[in-house]
Amino acid sequence: MSEEPRFRRVARFVSPADRGFAAVVYGGSILFALLIIGLFVELVLGSWPSIVAFGPSFIWKSAWDPVSSKFGALPMIYGTVVTSFTAILLAGFVGIMAAVFLADFAPRWLATPLSFLIELLAAVPSVVYGLWGLFVLAPFVRTTIGPILQKTLGWTPLFSGPIYGVGLLTAGIILALMIVPTVTAISRDVIAAIQRDLREASMALGATKWETATRVVLPAARVGIFGACVLALGRALGETIAVTMVIGNRPEISASLFAPSYTLASVIANEFTEATTSIYISALIELGLILFVVSIVVNALARLMIWSVRGSQ
Amino acid sequence: MRSFVRWFATAALAVALTVPAIAATQLTGAGSSFDYPFFSKAFYIYNQKNPDVTVNYQSIGSGGGIQQFTAKNVDFGASDVPMNAGELARAGQPVLQIPVTLGGAAIAYNLPGVTATLKLTRQAIADIYLGKILKWNDPQIAKLNKGVNLPDTAIVVVHRSDGSGTSYIFTDFLSHVSPEWKSKVGTGKSVSWPAPSAVGAKGNEGVAGQVRSTPGAIGYVELAYVVENKMPAATIQNRAGKWVACSEDTVAAAAATKPEVSPTSFSIVDAPGANSYPISGYSWVMVYKKPSDSNRAKQLYNVLSWLVGPQGQSNAKSVDYVPLPVNVQNAASSTLRQMQR
Repeated sequence: MSEEPRFRRVARFVSPADRGFAAVVYGGSILFALLIIGLFVELVLGSWPSIVAFGPSFIWKSAWDPVSSKFGALPMIYGTVVTSFTAILLAGFVGIMAAVFLADFAPRWLATPLSFLIELLAAVPSVVYGLWGLFVLAPFVRTTIGPILQKTLGWTPLFSGPIYGVGLLTAGIILALMIVPTVTAISRDVIAAIQRDLREASMALGATKWETATRVVLPAARVGIFGACVLALGRALGETIAVTMVIGNRPEISASLFAPSYTLASVIANEFTEATTSIYISALIELGLILFVVSIVVNALARLMIWSVRGSQ
Repeated sequence: MRSFVRWFATAALAVALTVPAIAATQLTGAGSSFDYPFFSKAFYIYNQKNPDVTVNYQSIGSGGGIQQFTAKNVDFGASDVPMNAGELARAGQPVLQIPVTLGGAAIAYNLPGVTATLKLTRQAIADIYLGKILKWNDPQIAKLNKGVNLPDTAIVVVHRSDGSGTSYIFTDFLSHVSPEWKSKVGTGKSVSWPAPSAVGAKGNEGVAGQVRSTPGAIGYVELAYVVENKMPAATIQNRAGKWVACSEDTVAAAAATKPEVSPTSFSIVDAPGANSYPISGYSWVMVYKKPSDSNRAKQLYNVLSWLVGPQGQSNAKSVDYVPLPVNVQNAASSTLRQMQR
């Protein structure tokens, strides 16, 4: 970064309006920081009875039995992570390809309406995705996608066992649909922002359009695209209603993607309203705390990766 | 722009003027989502007859209802399971709990090619949900359904994933008929389901949708939902050995066998009587015995005594709820009369 003198250092007179403005923007940003900290504190306070009662073993125990007050979060952590990563694998691949097409290949008359339609996917309420998932996608997975995957890849534990229609895979597909607009819209803007010179130089050297896109443009845009994927992953981790409707809601860890599972957000949505004993409510709040921490860790890791990629450039 | 603002201001004024100026009493309640369709119908009718009283009921779930009631944020709470001793102690002052409506859980299933109504014993249902019967052509089911060509498909057990009064009634039933269920799983709004093929679905519509889209599935669904959607539901052998279908009559018959229902002894699952449907239960309303505001108390008493009386209960049938039997209506009214007003 070049050493440009800051506005405040050169200015001799700071008008009251500027001071006021500075106070507003400072205040705004501090308010949000305080909100996050407050949320964290509130979650810790709410889950304190559960933290005291179950200790750290809450994280790796897998029983979830409200009747005998035995609680463990591992199956939900597993379900949350697996569905989110399935979603980002699917949405990342499709979304980035779509972004490349929209930015570099599609004619203008097609690109504009197409991007509009893809972004429209983000405006569909998640309960609509959930209902569609339950009534259309889940039966389709059970009768078509599942059997095909099992026939070809059934030898791996990932695609073994009975196919119920609802389960990790269906939840992953629904989530992928929901986060594709985020991946595509941001990646497209990042790709479009890559300088023309790079593309022209590549073409001048005799590269095809495909080679230019995959070997020049995408590597140049990788930090931004990665950022898009992290944002999308954040949404997938916390998505609740659509997942609840298609995941099968069973607190169990199973290697198969066809098996029903559970996510942190789903348990809270399902059980919070009717939870009556205080330890039960506290255990549910602790699930919220874990989700909060998982989201922060994922985002922090992604930040670190972006920094390390930037550093090597 | 300015004309729009003026138009808007005029419209707002017009709306403000049409709202009646007399201060109507607004009673608030919160709790069970099971009660919501019945309450919204009944309270609407009540408001038509008594325009000075409106009841605002928030369907936030029984747990939330009890919390809001304990915190005195609402005039009454509603719960599918009465408050227990610990919860009553937290309320800090005497609470009256009154049964307001009845519900039953029907056993819906999806067996392509089977047109006859499936028959199941109480034990068979327990064994299916325990994961001891895994296929539809299991001898235990086959011997109950002679002449029915049961398929060799695996049973997919569907249950409610959200904490619900329907789950409570159903697990209460299973605990009554199966000692193994009672010791291994127990009774609750959310339990740990032991069957290896158990799948949880959110809400009645979720369970119904899951059953409908999965061949071989079985699930328990609230009576009103099965009636509305004309789903096939099993007939069940009750304690008297008779085969009964889930209907308003059979649920009411089960309730009528126990007129002395109270918040500490409220279970009517597996009731005796030839016409009793075994998977039935009450829903409850909680009020304070000595509310602080006497005017509101009077209005609340009037609304609730109307609700549990014949007039209020007559609204239940139109929304596919089961009206309280007359003897229970009387018991509820006499409990309510203890309210200080």
